[in-house]
Amino acid sequence: MNIWLVMLLGGLITFLIRFSFIYLFGRFEFPEKIRKALHYVPPAVLSAIIFPELFLRDGALNLSLENTSLLAGLIAILVAWFSKNTLITILAGMLALFLLQFFL
Amino acid sequence: MSEKSKQFWAGVRSEIPLLIGGFPFGMIYGALALNAGLSKAAAQVMSSTVFAGSAQFITAQLVHENTPGFVIVLTIAVVNLRHMLYSASLAPYLAALPARWKVFLSYLLTDEAYAPTILHYEREGITPQAHWFLLGAGGVLWTDWQLSTALGIFLGAAIPESWSLDFALPLTFIAMVVPVLRDRPAIAAALSAGVVALVAFSLPYKLGLILAALVGIVIGTVLEGKKPSAVDQSQREVS
Repeated sequence: MNIWLVMLLGGLITFLIRFSFIYLFGRFEFPEKIRKALHYVPPAVLSAIIFPELFLRDGALNLSLENTSLLAGLIAILVAWFSKNTLITILAGMLALFLLQFFL
Repeated sequence: MSEKSKQFWAGVRSEIPLLIGGFPFGMIYGALALNAGLSKAAAQVMSSTVFAGSAQFITAQLVHENTPGFVIVLTIAVVNLRHMLYSASLAPYLAALPARWKVFLSYLLTDEAYAPTILHYEREGITPQAHWFLLGAGGVLWTDWQLSTALGIFLGAAIPESWSLDFALPLTFIAMVVPVLRDRPAIAAALSAGVVALVAFSLPYKLGLILAALVGIVIGTVLEGKKPSAVDQSQREVS
């Protein structure tokens, strides 16, 4: 699929989601089950992206010390936990990656 | 001052603290999108079509991994589904508006516009000029996002590739996900989705991502059902 089509369809779907209940108001109740499920979209989707980035090298599981992304990622998780700050987390993770690549 | 402009500027003012946080975020997006392989034009256009921070970061990452377009679009849909909640919660306050207003305000309905607007509406109740508040909050955020994206693209073009800046994208996701891991169901959702993403990584069209996300969502929801107190907690947060 062409990148412009992705931009267009991605935008259209996002708009329709935002428009949905403003349009449907009074015609349709929001299902309680979905309300609960939506709560878990961010942890699920983000982790599904993060895990392969950290654990896989060339498509294979790599738990060795040579996997600097995994080590830097674990450091970033700790920094994120304590700082709760996006910018600090990114900077700490990048710094950790540079240092690990340099020393290991 | 008329009631319209009073509402509009109140919306703009309420958005100011969020603009300060949003601007660096938009710049990071612009720089990383470029680094992930999007063209300057595509990176900027996405800020006005999709206009949703986390979905844009994720799209940049997926483009970087050569993910097929339909999987990217599907992922954008899953990630942005939460806006349905916002739509449902603002709907009673916007019900009397003509269709063109509903369409335009829906386009502006981001996390950052929703948060101050619903607080304002819950305080003031349903009033005839309330839509101007959302227009002010959403409009100024839109402007902030377009400008910060442009500046990020401009700066990102100057960053050398040897800096392995592509790792900043997963780091951004880590910064987003860690604060969400407040209770056991959320942690279980994250861990199960992560493990499934590893196991299903070799599925065609990167469908492992969608499968992993669905497994995580189901596991989180099922575990929450077993703990009634946590349910009340989370509903209060989103409503």
